[in-house]
Amino acid sequence: MTATDPVAPAPRRRTTGAGMPRWAVWAWGAAGIVALVLLWELYKLLGPADGVVIGSERDGLRILPRTHDRAMPHVWTMVARLFEATSGANTPPLWLTVAGGVLTTLGIAAAGWVIGVAVGMLLALVMQRWRIAEWGLLPWIVVSQTVPLIAFAPLVSRIGNQIDRNLFPWPGWISVAVIASYLAFFPVAIGALRGLNAPDAIHQDLMRSYAAGYRQSLFKLRLPAAVPYLLPALRLAAANAVVGAVVAEVSIGMRGGLGRMLLQLAQSASADPALPWAPIFGAVLLGLIAAGSVALLGASLKTYRRGEAQV
Amino acid sequence: MTASESTAVRATGVERVFGTAKRSVQALTDVHLEVAAGEFVSLIGPSGCGKSTLMRLIADLDQPTGGTLEVFGKSPRQARLDQDYGIAFQQSGLLPWRTVLANIALPLELHGVPSAERSKRAAELAEMVGLGDFGGRYPDELSGGMQQRVAIARSLATQPKLLLMDEPFGALDEMTRERMQTELIRIAKETAAAVVFVTHSIPEAVYLSDRVVVMSPRPGRITQVLEVPFGRDRGETLREAPEFFERVTAVREALHGTPVERANER
Repeated sequence: MTATDPVAPAPRRRTTGAGMPRWAVWAWGAAGIVALVLLWELYKLLGPADGVVIGSERDGLRILPRTHDRAMPHVWTMVARLFEATSGANTPPLWLTVAGGVLTTLGIAAAGWVIGVAVGMLLALVMQRWRIAEWGLLPWIVVSQTVPLIAFAPLVSRIGNQIDRNLFPWPGWISVAVIASYLAFFPVAIGALRGLNAPDAIHQDLMRSYAAGYRQSLFKLRLPAAVPYLLPALRLAAANAVVGAVVAEVSIGMRGGLGRMLLQLAQSASADPALPWAPIFGAVLLGLIAAGSVALLGASLKTYRRGEAQV
Repeated sequence: MTASESTAVRATGVERVFGTAKRSVQALTDVHLEVAAGEFVSLIGPSGCGKSTLMRLIADLDQPTGGTLEVFGKSPRQARLDQDYGIAFQQSGLLPWRTVLANIALPLELHGVPSAERSKRAAELAEMVGLGDFGGRYPDELSGGMQQRVAIARSLATQPKLLLMDEPFGALDEMTRERMQTELIRIAKETAAAVVFVTHSIPEAVYLSDRVVVMSPRPGRITQVLEVPFGRDRGETLREAPEFFERVTAVREALHGTPVERANER
């Protein structure tokens, strides 16, 4: 994963990667996966079965992990395990169970992403329109991200339960989506604010000379100009929404999603070492789908990503 | 109203002070200027003489702190709302996500001109500035000179009777600059628009203008107004004519001859 600055636009990028042809991009991606598999198997082959421990075996510091089959199953064992029954003879194959979890969490994360993007955009618009709102809101937006999710999740869950009892139905997944949105809105608010303020003074002068109102300059100037800032923010928001959804599922104990599955299957690790890796693969897939969807969105907004006109 | 028809800009005792009462800068003081309809007037002077400020006041991008300013007999604000002027800056200020035609059509789009009329007018203007074949291109595919032509075409979109230009050729190389000057003379003639042209190039001011307004800084003010009586039919040959150089010298003397007030304080 590349570290993505939520506010830095990627101007003037007109070819894929560093001018690479499309097949090369895929080839490099595949090479990365192959390298990872090789590294895993190589260490498993060469590393000591009980790892390397400094000090006594009981309370020493383990600086290299164990390599026996229970701690590090072979890659092919993990893959083969995907096509066996989840648990016992009459259960569906493991990959299907994981796929179900991935879809559930993906749906919730998507809902969280949508809420987060909407809230983030709204905050950015308000902060851009009124400078005093920026002074008042921005510190709180930053502080909001320092609240740990584990502290915050049960609170949302409790409020959700109260609403469910007294007002209208509020299934657990909505709480999860809200928690995911709490992580997702942040990069959007910051990135969109930067983007909306991106137009040069000359563009603002021009819009004023055309007697354009706020709405007109928003739609014809500020929003299009914000796109290069917004796309990295949306990508970050997608990653945050996925992480938020997985963690929130665990902390409020929602069933059916990938988060709960990660926890549950990890408990069987000693008996079935390849099992816990399946939801981890699922989590990787989930991240890829989320990032890929935003990339598609970015491709559809290509016109707005042309570099600044040369002076 | 004959007054509003024959006078594009009338400035009477215009003053612009920046900053607070304690630490203020006199950007413009006691500016009197009249620009007739269809007249080409250049504002020339060193940096800080307030030439751009004066243009921004006319455009209602800024408000004077004293005096009165009229554009076609109206307040600058009303003139701006009525789209009486077109404006172009040193930077083209094109929107990178819009094609040449879409950029030219932007002012029309903002004023609800129907799409068919808009594209017809944009195509005409692109033709007029010699970019007929480039309508579908994006700004980053154009050279600096071409971008500036698009900006000029855009400033003409609403068929204004007044063009405000703030060093529009300042960032161009000399050859492109001269070609653009010749084109601007033709365009100004074709549209019969008055032009207020800010520059710090003496030959440019002389070549283009009916009158050259010489300004001086600290405080920003008009020191001299020189006539350039070459008429509106100016060709490339004028650049080599002795009377052209005579005028250039006159403007240069006006610029340097006026003693700079605080020169002895250094």
